[in-house]
Amino acid sequence: MWMLEIPPFLPFFIGALIAAVTRGISRSVIMVATPVVSALHLWMVPEGIHLQLAFLDYQLIPYRADRLSLMFGYVFHIAAFIAIIYSLHVRDILQQVAAMMYAGSGLGAVFAGDLLTLFVFWELLAFTSVFLIWARRTQRSYVAGMRYLIIQVLSGVILLAGTLFYAAENGSFAFGHIGLEGIAGWLIFIAFGIKCAFPMAHNWLTDAYPEATVTGTVFLSAFTTKVAVYALARGYPGTELLVYIGAAMTCFPIFFAVIENDLRRVLAYSLINQVGFMVVGIGIGTALAINGAVSHAFNDVIFKGLLFMTMGAVLHMTGRINGSDLGGLYKTMPKTTVLCIVGAASISAFPLFSGFVSKSMVMSAALEEGFDWIWLMLLFASAGVFHHAGIKIPYFAFFAHDSGIRASDPPNNMLLAMLIAAVLCIAIGIYPSALYALLPYDTGYNPYDATHVLAQTQLLFFSALAFVWLNLKGMYPPELRSTNLDFDWFYRRAFPIALQNMFSIIWKADHALRQSFLVRLDLCLAFLSQRNEGISRLLSRTYPAGSMVMWVAVILAAYLFLSFITH
Amino acid sequence: MENEKKYIFDNPKNVKRILYALYGCCVLLFVLDFVIHRHVLHSWENLWGFYPLYGFIGCVVLVLVATWMRTFLMRPEDYYANEGKTDFDEMPIANKQLSVEKKSGIDSKHNDKIGGPDVDA
Repeated sequence: MWMLEIPPFLPFFIGALIAAVTRGISRSVIMVATPVVSALHLWMVPEGIHLQLAFLDYQLIPYRADRLSLMFGYVFHIAAFIAIIYSLHVRDILQQVAAMMYAGSGLGAVFAGDLLTLFVFWELLAFTSVFLIWARRTQRSYVAGMRYLIIQVLSGVILLAGTLFYAAENGSFAFGHIGLEGIAGWLIFIAFGIKCAFPMAHNWLTDAYPEATVTGTVFLSAFTTKVAVYALARGYPGTELLVYIGAAMTCFPIFFAVIENDLRRVLAYSLINQVGFMVVGIGIGTALAINGAVSHAFNDVIFKGLLFMTMGAVLHMTGRINGSDLGGLYKTMPKTTVLCIVGAASISAFPLFSGFVSKSMVMSAALEEGFDWIWLMLLFASAGVFHHAGIKIPYFAFFAHDSGIRASDPPNNMLLAMLIAAVLCIAIGIYPSALYALLPYDTGYNPYDATHVLAQTQLLFFSALAFVWLNLKGMYPPELRSTNLDFDWFYRRAFPIALQNMFSIIWKADHALRQSFLVRLDLCLAFLSQRNEGISRLLSRTYPAGSMVMWVAVILAAYLFLSFITH
Repeated sequence: MENEKKYIFDNPKNVKRILYALYGCCVLLFVLDFVIHRHVLHSWENLWGFYPLYGFIGCVVLVLVATWMRTFLMRPEDYYANEGKTDFDEMPIANKQLSVEKKSGIDSKHNDKIGGPDVDA
């Protein structure tokens, strides 16, 4: 059946093409219809390899569908659909086309059956998404986008190098389990890690996402990191190193999130924290843990999208996003407030919200496999994420002190998009079986037993109590206009300064060297001329150069004269 | 703005109510710890009030450490601001100046200003 052979990225690329040449209502219709049609098509696609071709001596598989990739395929369609509705009011061809291409690239990457195809979409993800950052059209977004692009392309280049090593070692480009053996394994691991925002490679995310456009950030939050999570789940399940990396990712960003002022940057830090849970799940590698990681990725796309949408709505309506400038918005933005609280409850994993049914799988798997300390870290991170994403975001934006801003709720298309996401968050939380049915493994897991529900509720309520207590005591750090140094300081400050100093030293040394050489040369010349003065005095002291020329002319003339006579 | 509408949390009583509801929930959850029989996977979970205390202490430690981190991580808002100076139009000029200075062997102070954003961008 030929319909099977249409890989899911194709409708999006075609949609982008048509969107580029249409305008107004017809462009909107095309953009909304694309994910719907593509999703209906994907729903009918069975598992298996649907497209393969020969390339030199290798077999390429641009389109392979199995339970893992289909899961990500579905959620990418949902994310694209929601984000497109959210951005229907935008009249910017650059952003709209880039967003469609970006969503298509994400889909291409998760259905890639070989590393070469993966590399192509890996780079396309970078090149299409950077326009969503640049579309803000500010100087900050331009430089942040540049840094983003450099790091993403670096990840792609490392992936390509790893892919070539892999082909040399295994004689195949097939993208399956890779593992940390050999150079290829490590190179590909690092490439995935950069896109996955591993600690110390994470600043591209916190740097660029808050600088993107209101609607662009919603797209960005859905695809890039989740493609990396997918790639890790495919290539490195059960790699113990990932457990420790993931645990670090869950813990360190929450400290930065607590003191960060830009609320979209707070969400960017919390995105790293959530990806950390997925990475731990992949590292543990049991059926339950992988299920937890994948389903958490699925839920995270939706609830993190919802949170970015509500903060985008605040930015869109007030023009401000710093916690220090906001507050009291619940008065005039009640719908956004409620939707934000739904997103906050979901990310905090309150029972009956979507985060709970997926995160608890990773936590249970960590305990079952004897990662006690990791489990404690995850528990701490769970309390922390509630603290900064669950409480801080809604509190400082919509409550806290009254900022005097009286912005109304955002346009209807934005509200509708947020509503769809919120309904999904609650629906998955109440009826997780629908989500579990799509998962790669069947584990018969039930999140709603009394022990789990009670433990999680206790954890969250007492975290809330801690927030209230700290606030009443005046110990909670106030929102301050500030920049907090993070690892990016090394390449934004320390490295350039070191480079400058190095060059200025080199230039100084170079200058000194040239100077001393010139001085030496002068001395040499002076010495030589002094030494030869005697000879030159003897030969040419009193005769002017003109007289010599005249004598030469005379000799030549005589010579000419003689030659005439002799003939 | 003087005769503005009163909103729900403008009344301190309503804030108090929310807080009392929270305290009530916390007490209830703490008591439930002793009522509900748990299936625990780990011995720590058997500890008296493990989850409530862990949540509370964890958050207090988180906030205190984060506040302490401000002492050495916090910089003014415009700390990275000079990165923004390389404009699309200005860039060739900045580059020219830089290359002229490279040739003529520079004073480094003046060079900082131009070199800084350039390396980043």
